[in-house]
Amino acid sequence: MASKKELIESANKKATERIIAARPFVVDVKPAIEAVAGMKENLVCHAGPPLELDEMVPSFKMAIFGGIMWEGWAKTPEEAERLIRDGKVILEPNHHHNGIGTMYGITTPSMPVFVIEDKVHGNRATANIREGTVKALRYGCWDENVKRKLGWNRDVLGPIIGFALRECGGVDMVPLMGKALHMGDDGHNENRAANLLFSLQLIPYILKSDYSKETIKDVVDWMNTDSRFVSTAEMAACKAITLAAHNIENCSVMTTMCRNGTYTGIRVSGLGDQWFKAPAPAVNLLFFPGYGPKDATNDCGDSCVTEVAGIGALAMAAAPSMVQFVGGKVADAINYTKEMYEITTMKNTNWTIPYMDFEGCPIGIDIIKVVKTGMTPHINTSIGHILPNFGQVGAGMTRAPLKCFQDALEAFAKAVGV
Amino acid sequence: MVKEAELIHQPMKVINIGIDSFIESLKEQGVEVIHVDWHPTAGGDRRLIDILDKLEL
Repeated sequence: MASKKELIESANKKATERIIAARPFVVDVKPAIEAVAGMKENLVCHAGPPLELDEMVPSFKMAIFGGIMWEGWAKTPEEAERLIRDGKVILEPNHHHNGIGTMYGITTPSMPVFVIEDKVHGNRATANIREGTVKALRYGCWDENVKRKLGWNRDVLGPIIGFALRECGGVDMVPLMGKALHMGDDGHNENRAANLLFSLQLIPYILKSDYSKETIKDVVDWMNTDSRFVSTAEMAACKAITLAAHNIENCSVMTTMCRNGTYTGIRVSGLGDQWFKAPAPAVNLLFFPGYGPKDATNDCGDSCVTEVAGIGALAMAAAPSMVQFVGGKVADAINYTKEMYEITTMKNTNWTIPYMDFEGCPIGIDIIKVVKTGMTPHINTSIGHILPNFGQVGAGMTRAPLKCFQDALEAFAKAVGV
Repeated sequence: MVKEAELIHQPMKVINIGIDSFIESLKEQGVEVIHVDWHPTAGGDRRLIDILDKLEL
């Protein structure tokens, strides 16, 4: 009879092998009501684990209210709030719907989302298309510029990109993201290379479309202007990949990690959909001019799905442009990645790091190793203002809170019978 | 005894384990020091150590 140790190690190996075998393709852009699993006509999805309206920081609330007003369900923030409190509008995490949303992660029924399909395991994931501005709904801003950009995403950008994706048969994200790591991306906050590769695949099909030359130019211009345009597609690909590792009995690999400015939450493969939450930590930030620590929210967004999948801050060594966040030297970035090998299960042969002689990225964050060593995953992130209508205030580094992993380990121990 | 006395007057190379604040005074005195970032298992939490022991991991 196998020991507990053997059962856990076997389950973790299986989970990580499924991560490596996953093959997510970006296949379409569709309205959330058509593509997001379980989306309803009165549902607003948000970033992070579950939380109550009264637990949200002010800018997060405004993002939620803005999403409701965007759908036309309310005319003012006060009306929007009343709808929530009366139960007429439901709030749920993106992760409850196999989705991803950056920063406050607002996903409403009419918003266009990237659709990702894992051709190996059959999982589907979605992520909303970026607004691509520092004053955006996802930072809790609500004004005419935000409405204009959301409208353009819904009516122009989303449909054209969706057309191109259907025409080209979808974009294979694993090799694309692997090449991008070799070109200096980290896959979370540095996405220029992936953006270029993604755009080059789509542009021939965009040019085939029946849209006017002017519209095509605006779309292609935007894909160049927003150097992180592809980032949410990458994040959705990471979500699909981590779905492949979820719900494996005896498995201690973390398969969800996300934040909403109030809480950080994780889920573990062998523990199903149970959340383990802790207060979201402050972020060690490089601030935009005019802003300081008192302005910033705590760690926020679903975007650290990239870290769960083994890139982002776990692949800092791949991205020279990110070294300013970790001390300024490439050696510091390499040390960040090397440290993460201590808490992960395997090295990803699909995604390798040139500056480390093409070592694979660390994958399969193991809650047992996290608690044993006290080392939690690094996360690199943008951060927004705590008040509405200011937008992004900086970017930097943080670590997931240890308490999530400690609580998860106690639950895991019960689940496996110790 | 003689050997120990000789040792104390020779250049020292130090390996510091655990609390990193100890290395500052050594560095100020020009002593060569390497810090090993060691922490007790599970931060010393007995409850969690017990779990880890039972999991044999």
